[in-house]
Amino acid sequence: MAKIKGDIVINTERCKGCEVCIAACPFGVIAMSKEVNSKGYHYAMKVNDECTGCTNCAIVCPDGVITVYRAKVTTE
Amino acid sequence: MEELFAKPEIRKPENIVYKKTDLMVDRPLSYCPGCGHGTVHRILMEVIEEMDIQGDTIGVSPVGCSVLAYDFLDIDMLGAAHGRAPALATAIKRLWPHRFVFTYQGDGDLAAIGTAETIHACNRGENITIIFINNGIYGMTGGQMAPTTLPGMRSSTSPYGRDVLTMGYPLKMTELVAQLPGTHYVTRQSVHTPGNARKTKKAIRKAFDIQKEKKGVGWIEVVSNCNSGWKMTPVQANKWMEDNMFPFYPLGDIKVDGKLIEVAK
Repeated sequence: MAKIKGDIVINTERCKGCEVCIAACPFGVIAMSKEVNSKGYHYAMKVNDECTGCTNCAIVCPDGVITVYRAKVTTE
Repeated sequence: MEELFAKPEIRKPENIVYKKTDLMVDRPLSYCPGCGHGTVHRILMEVIEEMDIQGDTIGVSPVGCSVLAYDFLDIDMLGAAHGRAPALATAIKRLWPHRFVFTYQGDGDLAAIGTAETIHACNRGENITIIFINNGIYGMTGGQMAPTTLPGMRSSTSPYGRDVLTMGYPLKMTELVAQLPGTHYVTRQSVHTPGNARKTKKAIRKAFDIQKEKKGVGWIEVVSNCNSGWKMTPVQANKWMEDNMFPFYPLGDIKVDGKLIEVAK
């Protein structure tokens, strides 16, 4: 069965940790890291495999740090 | 740190569905975390990229937090004196009638010191696009009361809340300019959720299309947050905006194709 799968890449150095993307994600894919980046912000990170590549997080990100990938994956 | 849930089989260049547009200069934005300015900048550049008019667009940046917009937007930009962006945009558009001209202004710039320029540019029906970011406060200078501050809203110069008896009433610029015959498309949007951000993008696209048809001013107000000025986290600020700003500044189109939209109440 073909399934739409997505993936996000977060530019953690540019992330300012505003957490707006967390509320925007319908599948709870994003959470804040315990570590901080070089500016001292906790950054967004992917915490599960549920991403469908809907681009919601990337559209609301004020700093445009999220790149979204989407592909059709065929599974048994 | 090592990424736990990376999927290299999906992470290929041909599978990219969304990335930051190349028309945004690759440098960190100077705005606070969670500020709507960054989102509006990116959406605006996406529209310009879609229309393929980056060589024909001239923007005018205001005074306020977005005064450095020309550092982030990879198009021709000019900086106007405080509040005078519509006047400067008028001059640019009359000298270069085939260029796309927009102003990008905050509420302190457009609704306070620049009220006269704004209203007259709208009344003359200049073929420009005005993008108005309304966060109800003077964000850059430290959260002072602005003309758009809500009644009862606390700011650093109204610490007990805005008292309308002594401080006056908030100014609804968007409703005001919608009454003028020179405006063709007037709308109020926001960018705090994905759906609203997509609607804002459509509105900006429409306003640029109107410029092509030379029908008058396209006006987009974006109700935005100012989490630093409001002393909240970005998520709290977005919630506060939904609960308090939207009842007073309702979202939606106010004037489409030169006709006022009747709001059923």
